[in-house]
Amino acid sequence: MKVLIAGISGGIARRLALKLRDSGHEVAGMDVRPWRDAPKGIEVHPVDIRKRAAEDVFRRWKPEAVIHMATVTAFTVQGHERGRINLDGTKALFDHCAAHGVKQVLFVGRHTFYGAAPDSPLYHSEDEPPRALEAIPELADLVAADLYAATALWRLPDVTTAVLRLVYTLGTPGTGTLANLLRGKRVPMVLGYDPLFHVLQEEDVVTALQLALEKQVRGIFNVAGPAPIPLSVIIKGTGRTPVPLPSPVLSLLLGRAGFPRLSVGATDHLRYPIVVDNKRFLEATGFQAAYDEGRILRAYADALPVDRAGHGG
Amino acid sequence: MRPVPQSESLSERVERLELPFNEYGVDPYGISKKHLKLALEFFAFLYRNYFRVRCTGVHHIPKKGRGMLVGNHSGGVAVDGMMVLTSTMLEMDPPRLAQGMVERFIHKFPVASLWASRTGQFTGLPEHAVRLLEDDRLLMIFPEGARGTAKLYPDRYSLVDFGTGFIRLALQTRSPIIPFAFLGGGAAIPTVTNAYALGKLLGVPYVPLTPYLLPLPLPVGLEIHYGEPLVFEGTGDEEDHVIQGYVDQVKASIQRLIEDNRAERNLRRARRLLP
Repeated sequence: MKVLIAGISGGIARRLALKLRDSGHEVAGMDVRPWRDAPKGIEVHPVDIRKRAAEDVFRRWKPEAVIHMATVTAFTVQGHERGRINLDGTKALFDHCAAHGVKQVLFVGRHTFYGAAPDSPLYHSEDEPPRALEAIPELADLVAADLYAATALWRLPDVTTAVLRLVYTLGTPGTGTLANLLRGKRVPMVLGYDPLFHVLQEEDVVTALQLALEKQVRGIFNVAGPAPIPLSVIIKGTGRTPVPLPSPVLSLLLGRAGFPRLSVGATDHLRYPIVVDNKRFLEATGFQAAYDEGRILRAYADALPVDRAGHGG
Repeated sequence: MRPVPQSESLSERVERLELPFNEYGVDPYGISKKHLKLALEFFAFLYRNYFRVRCTGVHHIPKKGRGMLVGNHSGGVAVDGMMVLTSTMLEMDPPRLAQGMVERFIHKFPVASLWASRTGQFTGLPEHAVRLLEDDRLLMIFPEGARGTAKLYPDRYSLVDFGTGFIRLALQTRSPIIPFAFLGGGAAIPTVTNAYALGKLLGVPYVPLTPYLLPLPLPVGLEIHYGEPLVFEGTGDEEDHVIQGYVDQVKASIQRLIEDNRAERNLRRARRLLP
């Protein structure tokens, strides 16, 4: 199958590209970020999905399937630009898919869609509304992108669309929201709270995406691996030290004194859990995570021990 | 039922729970062995020494599989839930964890939210109840809700209106209902009035006030009596009057357990006072 990956220069997208190529697929990608040592056999187009050149890639290369990984998290890019990347980029991608006969699209979204609230169900199913908008307004553009992608299910009936809401990934490159939180020696927590976190090892993420592609799943799916674990267990299991702080003190210290920068809204996620029910995805794909909780944490601790993580905390 | 081995430590009882704990001692709902052990140390002290709880009929609770413990609220704070949980942990063999469906406000508070989560006490949402029952857990439900804990001392043995959701839930998940009566909570926390304005200020439904002001429980003997399981046939989609009929049966069963055991309790007291 001819698979185009939008956002191919990201850590997981690169691994996915290699795995798909090794499995016999033809792979190309587009990204404004460079992939300097991209292997032979994988075409990387240095274009912005929102610009005209991106459509030329669709026109010339004629992908059969597209994996959309070109969204950014709420906190890595600020302000209007983030909204433009997530929303305008997603719209442009689906427009190109519709115009150039793409048969299948995977939208890679995030489980934070559901939001963290004290009175929400512990396990979120795909049928729930996006409470993230109340709890973490900074996630509004990601939620909107997810909902827009889901409209393709009825707008583009000829395209097999899957919206995949992935839990936090944890792996060796040490990138991503949770990895950033765990970067330092000391990791902040909100005093009196210890929410459950759902984590998936990066190799398992790649396996899940490949399965979703090859099984041609259609619909909205939560993608998770092992059962969720408390944040304090993740912090200790990766060799870090939890530092419980009263909420107002934490808000003052975030982004200072070696603590990671988080939005004020995101601190709600340090109080209340966001965990997902992934039954629908397991039934559709037969996915089984190779890494259990312990192996994920030990692998991360070995790959990024505190002294090599670079931030004293 | 085989008597519970008295030599067994509380920690061993937690280890014997049939919950799928992972290598960190945490189950898929976040229930933690460490927190359960610490909580049980404290609760067991209250159960055995402070409230000297008398518990009967524990053999009516299924040793495994789903079940709903449904009973009356007694006492202005959650002493009843705490002691029911302790009774299934201490009196059953093998021990089982009763998981309460708690009021929404609990999880807004630091520490309370953490301990409630780690000991398996979740917000009373239908999603939680269905999922836990389908996972063959033991649920603890007080259908009187917050109105039940608001009972004043003279009304301590009365029952206020029951919600109906628990019956639809039982039918939908084919779960047996094990009625229970909780006696003595009203005397342990003799509520003379409930301060609703103060409660609003603190973010709780109300604050029960006692003759000594604070709702701290007195060392009054408490009793928990489990009755025979009630199993209803249906799908949960029945008309309201059918469901109400089932609710009335459960309510009557609890009322009977209260009255019968209250009479016995008075008799025992009278015998103790005789020369």
